[in-house]
Amino acid sequence: MGRAKLPRKSTIIDMTAMCDVAFLLLSFFILATKPKPPEAVTVNAPTSVSSEAAAEQSILTTLTQDGKVFLMLGDETKKKAILEDINKTKGLGLSAEELKKLYKLPFIGVPLGTIRSFLAMETPMTPDKMPGIPITDSSKNELIDWYRSITNAYAGGSQKELERIMLIKGDNEALYPEFKNIKFALKKNSLYKFKIVTNSETAPVGSELYKERRRKD
Amino acid sequence: MAEMDTSSGGSHKKGPGVKKGKKMSTRVDLTPMVDLGFLLITFFVFTTTMSKPTAMTMNEPKDDVVDNQLKVKESAVMTILLGKKDQLYYYYGSLTAENASEKFKSTSFKEVRQLILDKRNSVPDGDKDKSDLMYIIKADKESKFKNAIDIIDEMSINKIPAGHYAEVDISETEAMLIQRTEEANGIK
Repeated sequence: MGRAKLPRKSTIIDMTAMCDVAFLLLSFFILATKPKPPEAVTVNAPTSVSSEAAAEQSILTTLTQDGKVFLMLGDETKKKAILEDINKTKGLGLSAEELKKLYKLPFIGVPLGTIRSFLAMETPMTPDKMPGIPITDSSKNELIDWYRSITNAYAGGSQKELERIMLIKGDNEALYPEFKNIKFALKKNSLYKFKIVTNSETAPVGSELYKERRRKD
Repeated sequence: MAEMDTSSGGSHKKGPGVKKGKKMSTRVDLTPMVDLGFLLITFFVFTTTMSKPTAMTMNEPKDDVVDNQLKVKESAVMTILLGKKDQLYYYYGSLTAENASEKFKSTSFKEVRQLILDKRNSVPDGDKDKSDLMYIIKADKESKFKNAIDIIDEMSINKIPAGHYAEVDISETEAMLIQRTEEANGIK
């Protein structure tokens, strides 16, 4: 008996469509993600239930795990004024050339006294070798001077705006006294309101905040 | 799309000695390209962090905290102390040398939420803005930045209105009590 022959079908599939989809998705992901802003050092920020987004152009004080402090002046419009102010008030005696060089640095992580030799260095220092801005002693807390220059530069502007962009980012493992020293420097300059950079976290199930957020939805 | 019609154009004779050119398919195998595409996608998905950093507002009291402290009612005050290794201690009201041993208790981050809530509920109008309720947070010198943020976060989780909690410097007696408790519990 003759069997009906099954027609042989090719197993080759046209991959064109799949290829299109893959590259479409790829281009979407590349375009949708923003490049990470430059970071002085890697810091593991704590989590909080806050839903407010952190300002992008900000004055960011970073506290690392080993207690070093870095300052990032992210607001380009005022950066120059801040640097000029600290140069004048602290008598650093930096030339216009050196100021320009300082302006180009993404963050500051050296004591005021060594800024000049730091700028003169042939090979730039890597962030992890920088000593950080000294804050330990209240008499030598240089962050006070930095914050003073910042408040001077923003004087006349909206206080709310400064509060919005004044960010502190600390490492989980940083010790509390270091953070207290930063707060001390802020308070010295009458900056009582500031923001802590955190990673977002959902409100724990069953908590008051969770219930409130559920009601709103 | 990836194929082209190549069948035409070869129909006329080119003479006896001329060999017919082999008909080659222009079909390209796209499988490796798809592989590469998806590989790159997975790479991008895993390396990018979609979560944006959030900002938590901190309200620092002006330096006249001492006056503020005097204003609050003792019965409505809960003091939370942060020790090392995520240890938490608390007491209600004020601490004196006599009552320290019974008032000073230790807790953990897991339990503190309920304690905060209980305190809020025990104070009249505790959930209102104008109550006497006050949480005082004191961090020991060996506590971590994370703990300080977590406890403030705990306040917002429990919907404690701003102004009803404050971070205050630790006193020597409290620091000593923490140290003693930690030594007794073997926390290094």
